Amino acid sequence: MEAQAADRIRVIVAKVGLDGHDRGVKVVARTLRDAGMDVIYTGLHRTPEEIVEAAVQEDVDVIGVSILSGAHMTVFPKIVAGLRQRGADDILVVGGGVIPDDDVVKLKEAGVKELMLQDTPPDAIVAMIRRIVAERGPR
Amino acid sequence: MNDPVFRGQAASAIDAQASATLTKQLELWESNEVANFVKKAPERKSEFATLGGFPVKRTYTALDLADTPLEDIGLPGQYPFTRGPYPTMYRGRFWTMRQIAGFGTAEDTNKRFKYLIANGQTGLSTDFDMPTLMGYDSDHPMSEGEVGREGVAIDTLADMEHLFDGIDLEKISVSMTINPSAWILLAMYVALARKRGYDLNKLSGTVQADILKEYQAQKEWIYPVAPSVRIVRDCITYSAKHMKRYNPINISGYHVSEAGSSPLDEVAFTMCNLITYVEEVTKTGLHVDDFAPRLAFFYVCQADFFEEIAKFRAVRRVYAKIMKERFGAKNPESMRLRFHCQTAAASLTKPQYKVNIVRTGLQALAAVLGGAQSLHTNGMDEAFAIPTEEAMKIALRTQQVVAEESGVADVVDPIGGSYYVESLTTQYEKAIFGIIEDVEAQGGTVKLTEEGWFQRRIADFAYETALKKANGQKPVLGVNRYVDPDEKFDIELHPYDTSTATRQIDRLKRVRRERDEAKVQALLDKLVIIARDESQNLMPVTVELVEAGASMGDIVEKLKTLWGTYREKPVF
Repeated sequence: MEAQAADRIRVIVAKVGLDGHDRGVKVVARTLRDAGMDVIYTGLHRTPEEIVEAAVQEDVDVIGVSILSGAHMTVFPKIVAGLRQRGADDILVVGGGVIPDDDVVKLKEAGVKELMLQDTPPDAIVAMIRRIVAERGPR
Repeated sequence: MNDPVFRGQAASAIDAQASATLTKQLELWESNEVANFVKKAPERKSEFATLGGFPVKRTYTALDLADTPLEDIGLPGQYPFTRGPYPTMYRGRFWTMRQIAGFGTAEDTNKRFKYLIANGQTGLSTDFDMPTLMGYDSDHPMSEGEVGREGVAIDTLADMEHLFDGIDLEKISVSMTINPSAWILLAMYVALARKRGYDLNKLSGTVQADILKEYQAQKEWIYPVAPSVRIVRDCITYSAKHMKRYNPINISGYHVSEAGSSPLDEVAFTMCNLITYVEEVTKTGLHVDDFAPRLAFFYVCQADFFEEIAKFRAVRRVYAKIMKERFGAKNPESMRLRFHCQTAAASLTKPQYKVNIVRTGLQALAAVLGGAQSLHTNGMDEAFAIPTEEAMKIALRTQQVVAEESGVADVVDPIGGSYYVESLTTQYEKAIFGIIEDVEAQGGTVKLTEEGWFQRRIADFAYETALKKANGQKPVLGVNRYVDPDEKFDIELHPYDTSTATRQIDRLKRVRRERDEAKVQALLDKLVIIARDESQNLMPVTVELVEAGASMGDIVEKLKTLWGTYREKPVF
């Protein structure tokens, strides 16, 4: 049974910077949509500021950033800081792509909620989003 | 020759009488041997298919060659080149072993080039960082965090000089993987050659410059489609005139595949793009035989061994027919498809990463049996980061084992005549022509690219693949079977030198400081005038610009004022 629109989890999936690898982000977007979430895909080559602005405007629960270019240590902290500045730090930031394990630890310390790397089964991504939104609770 | 397959003058590989006998024999085999055996030991699956979704029969016989005319199989080095572009293939010399390299500044990559050459590599291939690929200077805000990260940073001719320092470019071929900003890199290459006093006609190498597949798959672009295709045209016509041995384009399926497409779409899309480019160039008055011999291609070698071999053979045949029948090529060199091949990065796994060596080895073997002209084998650590020296050495050794120890290079097209592969080759050929027809019926490649048709087909197959991986239908060792839950990664990764951006930006600033600014600005104005006139070629003025110290960003930004930029309507 489809959830009521008001209960639906809203997710923005994003590509930031010059990185054009969009295979993963599209699979994730479709997976979340098929799982009944409202999904907005930003398209490529966005800036962290644009992502924060879109997330606030669209009143999403989660921002998912896909990055395979190695620029993750530059991109994620900017998004987390941008949300804080806008008083929107109840928006959860998650990520995926090619990210070394050491950086995963650092990014989580910097406020990224969850990182799911290559070959994560689509179901696991759906489950993770549902879990972190439930843990955060209603807004 | 008593083999019924090759008897007689008929166009088909098998005559009517032999066909009837064999049909009967096959029926009896199915109802006796097979039926009895399967009763005791059932087969693993009720239906088998290739990775690309072509149904696979229990076995293949001469009957499966019925719709393959013998002349379509032909001989190596002969139209339609199914069996290879050259008559002797690797009996003359092995394919070019061309490991791609690029990271940090030009000096860093130059060191890796020299290491690879010292280890027996026979061609160079350059990977550029994201800002260079997208036409941004290293000090542009969009470049932050990306300088020298995924490839080498090149802003000005000064960088190019360091990149190839101490390497004789008349002796080794150099490939440059770059697209929307390709013409600027080509101009730098020409400028460097002139500075060193080389004969441009002696330079061999390739610049990728395949912009259509960027909109479709790899997603590196600057300008809208029409001016971008014009830039490609200019690279081709310039090279045809000044650089006789240089490939001014590398029409690429690799990125289409890596973005998630089926192997069929990979090769079919390259043929759609080919047709567009050839039409653009012939509009300038060049005859197809004036440039087609230097068109080059680039494909992936995926995991399905025989399907990949069939794919390579089929696309050679399709290309030959298109060039001869559609474009009226007369020179056989215009009809023989030559391709670079890279093993499939998307098939590499992080878990149990050493297994990647074996995956890559099998893919390399299929590439060679499929008749590749040059090959890059991926490093075992590329699911983590760009490869280390050690990983590249093993990858190169993998090719050397295939070349020098396995014996497969001693006979031309050893797979030729395989009932299965010949049959699959013909199925591929028909399916490729089917897609070309479909695209043209819907308004052509450029229109469908702008509408996202190619993008959607790629995304659909990628999604299907993800589901099949998740449910185990597509086996991936270490991921959906034979998983080692306690695995600890003991792997040394390629480090990123955090001083890269500073070092790079310092040199860029020095070049800007030392150049004749008035001259650069005058040339930039001239660039816009030439760009406005579609009958003119952008290459000569770009060569002048880079010689005068203009950076890639200067040139790209100037033309943005004329052409604007491209923004994709995303589909998923």
